[in-house]
Amino acid sequence: MENDQDNIIREVTQTDYKYGFFTDIDTDNIPYGLNEDIIRLISGKKNEPDWMLEFRLKSYRHWLGMEMPQWAHLKIPEINYQDIIYYSAPKQRIKPGKFEDVDPQLLETFNKLGIPLDEQKLLTGMAVDAVIDSVSVKTTFKKNLAELGIIFCSMGEAIQEHPDLVKKYLGSVVPYRDNYFATLNSAVFTDGSFCYIPKGVRCPMELSTYFRINAANTGQFERTLLIADDESYVSYLEGCTAPMRDEHQLHAAVVELVALNDASIKYSTVQNWYPGDKEGKGGIFNFVTKRGMCKGKNSRISWTQIETGSAITWKYPSCVLRGDNSTGEFYSVAVTNHHQQADTGTKMIHLGKNSKSTIISKGISAGKSNNSYRGLVRVTQNAVNSRNYSQCDSLLLGDKCGAHTFPYIEVANKTSIVEHEATTSKISEDQMFYCNQRGISTEDAIGLIVNGYAKEVLNKLPVEFAVEAQKLLQISLEGSVG
Amino acid sequence: MYIETEKISLNESLVDLFNSNRSLLLRASTDHVNALRMQAIDQFKKIGIPTKKDENYKYYDLDPVFSRKYDVHFSRKKIDFNISDLFKCDIPELDTDLLILLNGWYYENGNHDDLMKQGVVMGSLALAAVEYPQLFEQHYGRYADIKSDGLVAFNTAFALDGIFIYVPDNVMLERPVQIINIVMDKVDSMVQHRNLIVLGKNSKASIVICDHSLSANQFLTNSVTEIVASENSSLDYTRVQNEHNGAAQISSTFIHQLADSRVSTNTISLHGGFIRNNLNVMLAGKGCENNMYGLSLSDKFQHVDNSTLIDHAMPNCTSNQKFKGVMDDMASGVFYGKIFVRKDAQHTHAYQGNNNILLTDDAKINTRPHLEIYADDVKCSHGATVGQLDENAMFYLQSRGIGSKEARLMLMTAFAHEIIDQIKVDPLKDRIYDLVNKRLRGELSRCNSCAMNCN
Repeated sequence: MENDQDNIIREVTQTDYKYGFFTDIDTDNIPYGLNEDIIRLISGKKNEPDWMLEFRLKSYRHWLGMEMPQWAHLKIPEINYQDIIYYSAPKQRIKPGKFEDVDPQLLETFNKLGIPLDEQKLLTGMAVDAVIDSVSVKTTFKKNLAELGIIFCSMGEAIQEHPDLVKKYLGSVVPYRDNYFATLNSAVFTDGSFCYIPKGVRCPMELSTYFRINAANTGQFERTLLIADDESYVSYLEGCTAPMRDEHQLHAAVVELVALNDASIKYSTVQNWYPGDKEGKGGIFNFVTKRGMCKGKNSRISWTQIETGSAITWKYPSCVLRGDNSTGEFYSVAVTNHHQQADTGTKMIHLGKNSKSTIISKGISAGKSNNSYRGLVRVTQNAVNSRNYSQCDSLLLGDKCGAHTFPYIEVANKTSIVEHEATTSKISEDQMFYCNQRGISTEDAIGLIVNGYAKEVLNKLPVEFAVEAQKLLQISLEGSVG
Repeated sequence: MYIETEKISLNESLVDLFNSNRSLLLRASTDHVNALRMQAIDQFKKIGIPTKKDENYKYYDLDPVFSRKYDVHFSRKKIDFNISDLFKCDIPELDTDLLILLNGWYYENGNHDDLMKQGVVMGSLALAAVEYPQLFEQHYGRYADIKSDGLVAFNTAFALDGIFIYVPDNVMLERPVQIINIVMDKVDSMVQHRNLIVLGKNSKASIVICDHSLSANQFLTNSVTEIVASENSSLDYTRVQNEHNGAAQISSTFIHQLADSRVSTNTISLHGGFIRNNLNVMLAGKGCENNMYGLSLSDKFQHVDNSTLIDHAMPNCTSNQKFKGVMDDMASGVFYGKIFVRKDAQHTHAYQGNNNILLTDDAKINTRPHLEIYADDVKCSHGATVGQLDENAMFYLQSRGIGSKEARLMLMTAFAHEIIDQIKVDPLKDRIYDLVNKRLRGELSRCNSCAMNCN
């Protein structure tokens, strides 16, 4: 049986990255490197107003004085920030927006990824903003959404057309001097999605952004800003893939969510960047800052993430629970295989009274990978009657991988209750034996157990994504339990 | 920037203290100790006193603690009173072998003839370095890594005396050994003693350490204790900390366990201005068992910091940690726990638990239970909670005619009981139960157990 399992592990580790193809499209690249001229060039290409350029330059100057953080449980190879192309756009565009204008080759790319941009073919109930390299190529269902007053467009468009909203909220949740990668992003971000849900509107369809890195030697720096006004609701999905390359590529995104009074935001991510090959060569560095601000009373932000890709993941979707009675949730399944490294988790900052948060984190590590959960729960003195429950489980598949848990709990009042529990184990032989003796093959049994293990989180995903996530889990994991 | 320069000057002043007393320090010790001393001061120059930037010290600033002016004694002071009159730690029905440390120096008190016949060595560390050089050099400084922590390096550079205990192979001590660690002086002083406890194969011992402060001066104690538990040995190690609010105590304990050894530690922090306990356990043999329990009760502006590291280096070991804290008034507490399971330490079972009760809105607790695991066939878990006394339980008690104050006390006692119950010596358990009870009632002060009646 040991051998069987070894074989299965081998099989799984041979599984190729499905999305590793590269589309040969003409791109408009700017020169390598990073300096104020480059930033001016990016800003100029996007025809940005002065205040935006100011914001970028301010960030860049601050970034020069910063050092890369070393505290994560990660081995990050030296990154040469001068060896990256900070802006790369497919050369197809006349003007974005109309379906007929989109380059057929790009459409083909997205079709291949299973994201058709043709609205008729699209799953009803999902609007997509497709971002390739540095720019958004197409946003679907814009008109339908506009009828409800919902603004859903690329960040570049938002800066042009809704400057007041952008000005008010950009950097309000993740300030430009927040951390090394967020500051870098503030200086060089090229596109991303912008979304505003007006008062009292319940967004009728899932909004979604699909990120694709295509060009070589580029970094992707997108910025997402999502505002849910009073009593509104939105569910937002994010997916990402990249071609297989021997070099590492940097992806440093910032996502800001703002939930006002009684608003509710559900943000789901299926992250499937190219993870590198079996020897750990290549792959995406995924250094992302995601933070939600529960600004109003009774607001709610929920993060769900399925992390299967990336060579290195450094990502802590957080909630600042500023409003009274606000709720923050974090559900995560992080899978690492081969030489992947992940240091991911969340921060729940309780500032408002009666604020509540839930953290469910499931880590699965296989191969020679390292998977860490790092989380902070901070209850300030004024956050009376706050409640937090955290559960972080790790599953180890193989004897060369590592699973780590680094929680931080800080409580400063007497009426709050914080609970944290974590376990680390492997699939027990008893469980396997039980399944086997009932005629379930080892591989199926492992699939069964792992899916059961991750179910709590998968259940939180919108239906459209749950299917994809389950498939992904199967590819990355099924049978890889030793 | 300003803080940066001040920090440098603190470390420099501590190095200066070493340099200006170098000859005194070197004259007092053997070559082996002095060689380590010089390495340690070099290391200290590099890393210095830990700052808040240091991950393991991020919740408490040691700077003010070390920046006070302290006297340091580089030789044993003559005392003009009988040391055993000084202190009566009255544990009824507990017959112990007593060792006394006064300001970090060992003072002869009574004899331990019957033990000496069995080959047991108990007494001054400085003396043991001379009398048992082979045994001493085999262990001294081998477990307390000066690179790991500036405070350990600082102690290693300055330590002159402390307690040395050796229990030979196959000897089981019938009575517990009690170490009474007193700080008492007319001036504010800094004490840095060093203990070494060596248990031979198949031996068994029970050790109780009581920390007391007997004068109202400000004290800083920075002690290091190294413990070796050889194959199949068994040790119960209980520490009761009861110093006044002007005392700062940093105690770093390094336990090195060999195959099939069993060590159980109990740290009861009753009183003290600032307490930092570093407990580092190395499970260096197969089949070890380690239990760590801790209870801290703090109020006013007290701060208690418990930091543990369990290093599972070998397979088939079991470890179990449970730390509890009750924080009242403006008190703050920290728990840093780490379970480290190395690559080949299969079949490890490790558990870590931390429960805290905050009684006021000004009290604070930071807890950080970490797991770092590199082996797959393991069962590791941890849990941490922060909360308050159960309202339903309070209501239940009050509805049965028990006053709210008494009900609160009952619930707190019950909370503490889980830890006290783990103490294996019954009379000691009763005594500590009694002390905790008194502490929770607010009756325990540093003067209660003192014979001096100074104020």
